[in-house]
Amino acid sequence: MTRKFAMLLTFLAGATMVVSYFIRPTQSWGEDVAEWFNVLAAIAFVLGAANLAKVHLERLSSRSAGWGYSVIVLLAFGATMLVGLLKVGVHPQELAPTVAFSGEKDASGSAFWWAYSYAMSPITSTMFALLAFFVASAAFRAFRAKNTEAALLLVTAFVVLLGRTFAGVVLTGWMPESLSFLRLENLATTILEVFASAGNRAILIGIAIGVAATSLKIMLGIDRSYLGGGS
Amino acid sequence: MSFLERLDRIDRRWIFLSMGLAVAVPIIVIGITGKTFPEVATPTTRGAFDAIQSLPAGSRILLSFDFDPASAGELQPMATAFVRHAAARDLDIYCMTLWAPAPPLLDETIRKVIVAGHPDLVYGKDYVNLGFQAGNESVLKVICTDFRQSFSKDYRGTPVDQIPMMAPIKSASDFDCIVTMSAGYPGCKEWVQYIATPALGSDDEILLVSGVTGVQAPQMVPYWPRQMRGMLGAIKGAAEYESLVNEFIKGSNPAADIGPQFMEAQRRMAPQLFGHLLMVGLIILGNCIHFGRRRALAGGAP
Amino acid sequence: MTPALCGLMVAGLLDDAAASAGKVAAIANTPPGFLERTFDFDKSALFCWLVVISALVLWNIARARRGMKVTVRHIAGLDAVEEAVGRATEMGRPILFVPGIQDMDNVQTIAGLTVLARVGKTTAEYDAQIEVPTARSLVMTAAREALQASYMSVGRTDSYNPELVYYVTDEQFGYTAYVSGLMVRKKPATCFYLGQFFAESLILAETGNAIGAIQIAGTAESSQLPFFVAACDYTLIGEELFAASAYLSGEPDQMGGLRGQDFCKALVGGVLVVAVAAATLAAITGSAALDSATGFFRMLVGA
Repeated sequence: MTRKFAMLLTFLAGATMVVSYFIRPTQSWGEDVAEWFNVLAAIAFVLGAANLAKVHLERLSSRSAGWGYSVIVLLAFGATMLVGLLKVGVHPQELAPTVAFSGEKDASGSAFWWAYSYAMSPITSTMFALLAFFVASAAFRAFRAKNTEAALLLVTAFVVLLGRTFAGVVLTGWMPESLSFLRLENLATTILEVFASAGNRAILIGIAIGVAATSLKIMLGIDRSYLGGGS
Repeated sequence: MSFLERLDRIDRRWIFLSMGLAVAVPIIVIGITGKTFPEVATPTTRGAFDAIQSLPAGSRILLSFDFDPASAGELQPMATAFVRHAAARDLDIYCMTLWAPAPPLLDETIRKVIVAGHPDLVYGKDYVNLGFQAGNESVLKVICTDFRQSFSKDYRGTPVDQIPMMAPIKSASDFDCIVTMSAGYPGCKEWVQYIATPALGSDDEILLVSGVTGVQAPQMVPYWPRQMRGMLGAIKGAAEYESLVNEFIKGSNPAADIGPQFMEAQRRMAPQLFGHLLMVGLIILGNCIHFGRRRALAGGAP
Repeated sequence: MTPALCGLMVAGLLDDAAASAGKVAAIANTPPGFLERTFDFDKSALFCWLVVISALVLWNIARARRGMKVTVRHIAGLDAVEEAVGRATEMGRPILFVPGIQDMDNVQTIAGLTVLARVGKTTAEYDAQIEVPTARSLVMTAAREALQASYMSVGRTDSYNPELVYYVTDEQFGYTAYVSGLMVRKKPATCFYLGQFFAESLILAETGNAIGAIQIAGTAESSQLPFFVAACDYTLIGEELFAASAYLSGEPDQMGGLRGQDFCKALVGGVLVVAVAAATLAAITGSAALDSATGFFRMLVGA
């Protein structure tokens, strides 16, 4: 019964989105459905937070491997939530100077802003920067001319890597204007705009059709495997 | 184990160390010398610059900061350059974001570029910070028809009805140019799908310009130049655009001081160069090992 | 008459109707008619494509239900699922399943969960342990439902542990840091990455590679595909992710849908080739007929 209700709801939400896209008087319906999803997702935050606390408290109480990290997670989670909710260090807004809590939680100078600027920002930037190291390691290990296709890929990689920096100008900047299309920076641009673009378009078309077909099957209840247990 | 085998199984931390040095040394050298490489704009960057340059003074430009601190390394220099360019061209600047972690970055950019560099600009009259709106692409669908439904207040909580420069804004098509600086979802692709594409060919065609991360660039190029008039791809695109903006500012005011905070992207091109050279070297080394081992195997075969 | 031809004709008719309606309204300055007020004629080309694609998919599903045999080429990544789960069981190590970092409104996440349901069945049969950290609370709930149903379907409800499907954080790199740490500590024998990924793809895949796990990835995020291809053992490229559910189940409905997708691709490819040829020849010869044909194709793609 629950499964049938879920499928009915899926159909109604999907059909509303499709109809609202084409039928003018129903255009706001699609926005409403999207809003419902946002409301659900917002409520699910509470569920997520409760689950996070539960998982890490259990790890802490059972002293399982890595329980020390759970302590850090719980402390950071609690402290951030507390300073955000209580708006620690936030001054009231100019428009309502006498109203407590009227300022934004992440206003400059607040405790939340401090955590954002000096903890979250550098930590996430560091994680993103790790990519440079992993790309180098992956390139060394995997980028080998094992066959003709791989060799072509290798040459393309060299052109793009050099063409997207000043090395391209240094190495091929001497070429006369009539041969300027052979300069590394121009070759890199051509690769990006012509070859990569063409390949991307083909992949995108395949993906778009895949998305449309999957959505249709889910909407009509033909594909129910995401609910588990197959049809 | 042969030398080639040992080299092939090298502890990857040595590669990490090499990359660390390839990036750190140029950063230190540029920090000391302040020198940067000259940049030549590619057509996608030139398109972005020309699009903003073509707007008459007083035109309305909407800047969407769709990124977070993690991708600020690539996108913040673009954001700074876009805001500087818009301020230098006397455009009315509207700022917003679809990303929850972005408002402090947006606030910081406004303080660094407009408040510090253009104290004559008045909040609410020349520029406005509309802050973050939750809802991802549904926000875009709404602003297509009713901008105020999504943004009824600015970042400070002032109702938009009380902000003079918001008076002519009814929908997204009321902006003369829209710029999105995007690190993923929701971002450039959604702006193309929900804002630029539906208006294509109509009287309300929207001038969309974007700045995207390196990995997004190949995915977004197919939309240039029809759906997007220009695109800055990665830090290289940012450096090219920054260089164009600095040239323009120097051209209109030779006494203008271009501080290092306005050359962030150009200063990052040297670490990028040495990082790329290391990658090329590693790939060559990897292939030497590959062919060397293959030869050894072929030689040893009966 | 083929559905494609029907689609083309409808597209033309609808656009003609829109154009005619527009002209009449402009000339007579009369308010737009009921049809124009109701249907968004600017999207008529898209509507026709929607009808054609849906018709082709449903038609093929109906044929598959009637017993038509559908052959699918081998997809190495999906063939390896059983072997990968078996390896984890033999080694006594867990299996890690990452369903992307997006929410349930993303069709790639749903495609990832359909594979999770299939992998869950195999895991239950082998009595292996599967761990699913999620970046969204709703995905956690849906993943639990999917996994529980899978364990139930093979009669291993007692082995199902909902605590192994849990929420970490919505923050992209916070999630990446957690999953990378988990991989280094628990050393899963097999890692699945199926869903939508962004910059974290390479960090996860390289960490998995470093711990020697068998890695099967799949995403329709084209910018991340090169990273997965470089660092994983098997990668489902783009639409293969959406085909995974059909491939693993072999159900007629699913296989018919897959065939329908291929028909659509052939149709789009054909239209593109003809349109490009017409546009090229029109530019070379200056033929008015070819120019009109090019205009028709432009209208067909809503350009």
